[in-house]
Amino acid sequence: MSTPVYLDHAATTPMVPAALEAMTAHLATAANPSSLHASGRRARRVVEESRETIARALGCRPGEVVLTSGGTEADNLAVKGIYWSRRAADPRRVRILTTAVEHHAVLDPLDWLAEHHGAEVELLPVDADGRLDLAALRASIERDPAGVALVSVMWANNEVGTRQPVTDVVALAAEHAIPVHTDAVQALGVLPVDFAASGVDAMTVTGHKVGGPHGAGALVVRREVGVVPLVHGGGQERDIRSGTLDAPAIAGFAAAVELAVARQAEHAARMAGLRERLVAGVREVVPDAVLNGPGPDAWDAERLPGNVHLSFPGCEGDSLLMLLDARGIECSTGSACSAGVPQASHVLLAMGREDAAARSSLRFSLGHTSTEDDVAAVVEAIGPCVERARGVRF
Amino acid sequence: MRVLAAMSGGVDSAVAAARAVEAGHDVTGIHLALSRNPASYRSGARGCCTIEDSNDARRAADVIGIPFYVWDMSERFHEDVVEDFMDEYAAGRTPNPCLRCNEKIKFAAVLDKALALGFDAVVTGHYAQLRTGADGLVEMHRALDHGKDQSYVLGVLDQRQLQHSLFPLGGSTKTDVRAEAAERGLLVADKPDSHDICFVADGDNAGWLREKLGDRAPNHGGAVVDDATGEELGRHEGTYGFTIGQRKGLRIGRPAPDGKPRFVLDIEPVTGTVRVGPRERLAVHRLRGIRPRWCGTRPTRLDGPEVSVQLRAHGAELPARVVVGGEGVDVELDEPAYGIAPGQAVVVYDGSRVVGSATISETGGES
Repeated sequence: MSTPVYLDHAATTPMVPAALEAMTAHLATAANPSSLHASGRRARRVVEESRETIARALGCRPGEVVLTSGGTEADNLAVKGIYWSRRAADPRRVRILTTAVEHHAVLDPLDWLAEHHGAEVELLPVDADGRLDLAALRASIERDPAGVALVSVMWANNEVGTRQPVTDVVALAAEHAIPVHTDAVQALGVLPVDFAASGVDAMTVTGHKVGGPHGAGALVVRREVGVVPLVHGGGQERDIRSGTLDAPAIAGFAAAVELAVARQAEHAARMAGLRERLVAGVREVVPDAVLNGPGPDAWDAERLPGNVHLSFPGCEGDSLLMLLDARGIECSTGSACSAGVPQASHVLLAMGREDAAARSSLRFSLGHTSTEDDVAAVVEAIGPCVERARGVRF
Repeated sequence: MRVLAAMSGGVDSAVAAARAVEAGHDVTGIHLALSRNPASYRSGARGCCTIEDSNDARRAADVIGIPFYVWDMSERFHEDVVEDFMDEYAAGRTPNPCLRCNEKIKFAAVLDKALALGFDAVVTGHYAQLRTGADGLVEMHRALDHGKDQSYVLGVLDQRQLQHSLFPLGGSTKTDVRAEAAERGLLVADKPDSHDICFVADGDNAGWLREKLGDRAPNHGGAVVDDATGEELGRHEGTYGFTIGQRKGLRIGRPAPDGKPRFVLDIEPVTGTVRVGPRERLAVHRLRGIRPRWCGTRPTRLDGPEVSVQLRAHGAELPARVVVGGEGVDVELDEPAYGIAPGQAVVVYDGSRVVGSATISETGGES
């Protein structure tokens, strides 16, 4: 079978050779980075050098990098850990403000905090393109600023690629000294991401979205921000995240982050070019396809360059995905399906789409392996697939 | 052919899919998600709708080496099967949701979608045999393994549906299918058979209906009455908890004067009355079926020596004469049948061949 046309980089992007090399170099030399002997010290050195590499690339201090198993853990650690810490310091702080379009790794911990830990979670509205309504955020903060434990707003959306006004969020929150967390998993490597310059207090990143391995990520968090740990044990990572450090994976993660940040501008420009041709090509064949999220007049400033999220009226996204998959084209319906049952995307619903429109969508996400040929393959296949999918009564 | 394998997560559908691949078809596996909230479905007695079952189906597809997807049929299933199940019980009838699911979901919604997407047929793990008859039509026959035969629940399929169906297990025994699954390395080889109704957790129909029907229940209680004397023998908590022929759970304090067990003879949802009496009063000699569905050409009269009917899943073959007319079918049984509930299906056979089916609307005693 020929190599698939892989257009699901927002889910996982293939490892880059530099990361693979860095990781495999350490896989065979087993030692616990917490051990005191020479082998342990060698492993620890790998971890610390990796941490420094990551810090340099992300614009933070090495001591601010808390290594985790990935984005979901980092998001959980941020929202739960900071909430608990802030509330412990002042019991009035029970409010958590976030957007209705966050990843489930943020939304579900918040639901859980609301249900079990007295949190009052507010899902702030977004506009039709998925952008946070800043006025709503301001109003919400000002209603009771002393009661806000945390604001969490993603850097860019994983489904429709919409960038959030993180700088403005930070400015609003700063007026009341409220910490801000951002999930920058999708932004890293395609947008300039500088932790210190952004002014956020905590930031989630992960390896497998930037060409690193699965199972390695980080919460970058300012030293002044208290974080109550989720995982207790050996006291690694400033006692915020216990667990034996995975030196090979961390080395791979660091190599990927370093390369992704170094190549970011060039990569973004190339993705934007492919994106433009993909959208234009698909709409030529399927004129009524609807691009969700910021369109051509705004996408340079407001959208991830590699994200193409389209609704195909009259089609079920699942049918289209299957038909494209059969032709070797791999994409996503962009919706969570933890239970195996596809649900209409909460992101599209928050953007005001009808349930049917939300279920007629596909996400094509471009990445470092994407080529003009990949775009051409989609443009060639999409017409017959849409025609076929429209024959399905649902 | 391009074939869609409906995979429940059980051993039968897994082996059926594997055999379809071996027969040279281009097979794609799907698992039907029938609940928006699958965690709420059964996990104990194993139906076919839990997340675990979906994972079992996925692993079987991996082993067989076919693509696999989950199709969300939860809305259609709720509308066409679950709602109908509730309505029928509320009306004092006893529905068979498995037939309904085959008629409305597996061989309708799923088949239609499959055909629209470019597939030629749906393959399932049902035990029934298909062959082409002298007239060129596809005939459905009982499975070789009579103990596993599922032609009864497929009796609702019409010719078009049969033409696009494959049942590769019809000529096998369950024992052989399990052995084959083990040989093929399918981990579901030892998975227990599913029983009961997949959407009723723990098999407690009455409890499930009580919770789900709520205000739609025709009554929340009434009298259990001796059919012969009219005497009230006890109280019940809703007629929907009963089915004709039921003996257990009647909660009658006193035994019958003759000491014989009593059975539900009739259910009256409007008055909330459940009538009970001795077994002989359950005897059904004639019945009428509505909404007939024919596997092939619609017959007019079936009275050959090979003609029989089956009145419940895994029920006996009952010799009968069948007259088709107007909107329904009239069935005369050679020997009486007992505990026949309106709402159940009557499936008509000529020898091993399924002729068609209808929904029982009325039953009658000796004329």
